Amino acid sequence: MPEAMPHRAPVWDFLFGRLTLDSLPFLKPDLEGRIVLVTLVVVALGGVAILGYITKKRLWGYLWHDWFTSVDHKKLGIMYMILGTVMLLRGFSDAIMMRAQQAYAFGPQMGYLPPEHYDQIFSAHGAIMIFFVAMAYIVGLMNYVMPLQIGARDVAFPFLNNLSFWFTFWGAILFMVSLFVGDFSTAGWLGYPPVSELQQGPGVDYYIWGLQLSGVGTLLTGVNFVTTILKMRAPGMTMMKMPVFSWTALCTSGLIIATFPVLTATLLLLSLDRYLGTHFFTSGFGGNVMMYINLIWVWGHPEVYILILPIFGVYSEVVPTFSGKPLFGYSSMVYATVAIMILSYLVWLHHFFTMGSGADVNSFFSLTTMMISIPTGVKIFNWLFTMYRGRVHFTVPMLWTMGFLFTFTIGGMTGVMLSVAPADFLLHNSLFLIAHFHNVIIGGVVFGVFAAVNYWFPKAFGFKLDESWGKASFWFWLVGFWVAFTPLYIMGFMGVTRRLSHFDNPALQPYFIVAAFGALLIALGILAFIIQIYVSIVRRKAYAVGGDPWNGRTLEWSTSSPPPDYNFAFIPNIHARDAWTDMKKHGYRRPLEGFHPIHMPKNTAAGAVIGVLSFLCCFGLVWYIWWLAAASFVGIIVAAIAHTFNYHRDFHIHAEEVREFEHTGNWQAETQGARA
Amino acid sequence: MNSTAVDTAGSAPSTFLCHEEPPAHNGTLLGFWIYLMSDCFIFASLFACYAVLGTNDAGGPSAAQILDLPGLAVNTALLLLSSVTFGFAMLEMARQRKRAMLAWLAVAGLLAAGFVGLELHEFHDMIEAGAGPDRSAFLSSFFTLVGTHGLHVSVGILWLIVLMVQLGKFGLTEANIRRLQCLSMFWHFLDLVWVGVFSFVYLAGVLR
Repeated sequence: MPEAMPHRAPVWDFLFGRLTLDSLPFLKPDLEGRIVLVTLVVVALGGVAILGYITKKRLWGYLWHDWFTSVDHKKLGIMYMILGTVMLLRGFSDAIMMRAQQAYAFGPQMGYLPPEHYDQIFSAHGAIMIFFVAMAYIVGLMNYVMPLQIGARDVAFPFLNNLSFWFTFWGAILFMVSLFVGDFSTAGWLGYPPVSELQQGPGVDYYIWGLQLSGVGTLLTGVNFVTTILKMRAPGMTMMKMPVFSWTALCTSGLIIATFPVLTATLLLLSLDRYLGTHFFTSGFGGNVMMYINLIWVWGHPEVYILILPIFGVYSEVVPTFSGKPLFGYSSMVYATVAIMILSYLVWLHHFFTMGSGADVNSFFSLTTMMISIPTGVKIFNWLFTMYRGRVHFTVPMLWTMGFLFTFTIGGMTGVMLSVAPADFLLHNSLFLIAHFHNVIIGGVVFGVFAAVNYWFPKAFGFKLDESWGKASFWFWLVGFWVAFTPLYIMGFMGVTRRLSHFDNPALQPYFIVAAFGALLIALGILAFIIQIYVSIVRRKAYAVGGDPWNGRTLEWSTSSPPPDYNFAFIPNIHARDAWTDMKKHGYRRPLEGFHPIHMPKNTAAGAVIGVLSFLCCFGLVWYIWWLAAASFVGIIVAAIAHTFNYHRDFHIHAEEVREFEHTGNWQAETQGARA
Repeated sequence: MNSTAVDTAGSAPSTFLCHEEPPAHNGTLLGFWIYLMSDCFIFASLFACYAVLGTNDAGGPSAAQILDLPGLAVNTALLLLSSVTFGFAMLEMARQRKRAMLAWLAVAGLLAAGFVGLELHEFHDMIEAGAGPDRSAFLSSFFTLVGTHGLHVSVGILWLIVLMVQLGKFGLTEANIRRLQCLSMFWHFLDLVWVGVFSFVYLAGVLR
């Protein structure tokens, strides 16, 4: 990327930093420029259509008052899920581009992506899929479900929850802006030096500041959720009566608190190297590149457990519900979750056995890595034994769960293969590794997210998702996954390395063509999912359900679908593990009189304002527009201080309003208190 | 069963609901403490960097040559006294004596400002002498670790000023007491981190 043009007047340099017309890739006449231009046109048309629709329907006021400034954990959860889905489309477009390039670029044929562009695509694909798809999804799920499961009315810090969302959102926007203004990092999804130190232009800076924003958002979420779970459980819900999903939310939040600061610090050091010329990860002046690799994986390995633990929680809710039995081995499930949480902090070095730290160190990390498979195996058996002799209903969430059990177990075993240090020396950085982590992240996290969406959607919206499109989506994903990644396992064994945009050996081409075909099947799976949502919204009257459509076992099913703002008119009093099953068994009837006013947090615009300002600050830092960065930084501090002068942060919902909703909401008929 | 029967205390269904609102939780202090623990991990990362890179002086000045122990003694004394005076302010808060509390808070703030001032002076002298953060990995990690601590203290001072205005204006309300307790934790936490910096960077660096 060329630096500021020499003939530009200094005032322009002041106003725009290093941002010039040359920084806009869609103005370039080459193929890359045209690809970006077409993308820009499509995104712009889509954006104009959506914004036009909102304006035409006069929805801006509604969106602002009811959603953007909302501190309601349920609305924030839904916004996270929407963000995750939009970013999934972006991240998957990157995947399709890579699969197309690799299926095509053999011998004399160079493909349609120059290496520089290809490197940006794989870097963006990985970072987006982890930070803005998987993280957005799991934070969204925890936000929506956890307070309902523990019988709380909101999280401990509702404003902070809103602020976290906006940090994550603007981090994602910063990544999206890099598509059209400037370029993106070519240093892989973890921004390894020396590439991330040496790459000129704004690419790596987009990466750094996008992740800093979303990372701070996630950290605040972690603090928020741990406090919520420790302080706000309904009376009687001891830790060992807490639903397993909430247990996994606690462990994941604990991991977030213990690892995201390391990410923040590491990216800070990288940015100091880039902006101030320090020597943390440089090759000269005493810097140490491996310091970065160690620090980033101290965050990075627990991160994959941050993703998978809540998803284990999802399966632990889905399996008992659709087997009509309590979860087998509740305590062992909890201990396994805690064991995984602790072990996940002790394995980071297995990502670079080849560093040369010696046999003793490698053996230690090899063993801790293998040990993780023990609690994970405990979980798999618990789910299987829950299904054993149960009355299994083959609903869509259950299909995703069974697809997971099959796929994830194989992914786990290839992980154990990689944990053997001598084997890792051969498989390191090969396509075998790529196949392994997609095997556990798609087969674990993504399948679990779809199970969760199908499971809790009726709770959030009051109607079920269409079964046949849901099943179509599942089968396309499952088959598509195996068609796309089996060739990568095979080629990994042959020693084919990752991140190549061109191959010389024509014998490999058939494998890549099969993999590309698999990616197309996955694309159909995503399409079927979108159609599923669309069809269900159209037929929402026909698919309407009550508060407890699945004969659920935990507290979220005891309230209306969708739940009222205050979640529960009366805070539940807990006597047993599956609290809702226990209530139903003892003939619980919902009261229809005697309501109290309910104390609730007020909405606030502070989070949305600070979010926009932090985006502007980071954009200024990326492009060296110092006045913008400084002004918006001061703005953030002023806005934060102004927010602390607001002492009136709560209000009461009148007993009359509660009564009104309790009589009109969407409840399950059987538990309805009979009206006089 | 009719709706009035449902509400009767002692009947089976009502044991599943709290008919009185459970007492409001106060998670703020716990939440803030958890935040401090996460901040610990930021410092832990920076300490780890210093541990690895602290001797990589790349032919430039080493820790023993450049660190100023008498200045450090004054610096440390200021910060520790600031913690003590903050403690006095908290005692006055407990006695509901607002003016005395504000006076002690002002003293604590001034002592901390003195600490930051001295630190900036030390940084300035080092950079003037050609020992800036871009000279070697040792100096990069030194400036970042010590500077991050100094930045925290500066944020603490800003927070203190805002909170003193709020205490003056709105008095010792429940919300303000809670905020002051959080700031107090932050203040003492930074003292603890400084003890780590003091021993690990300065003392160990001079002895090395």
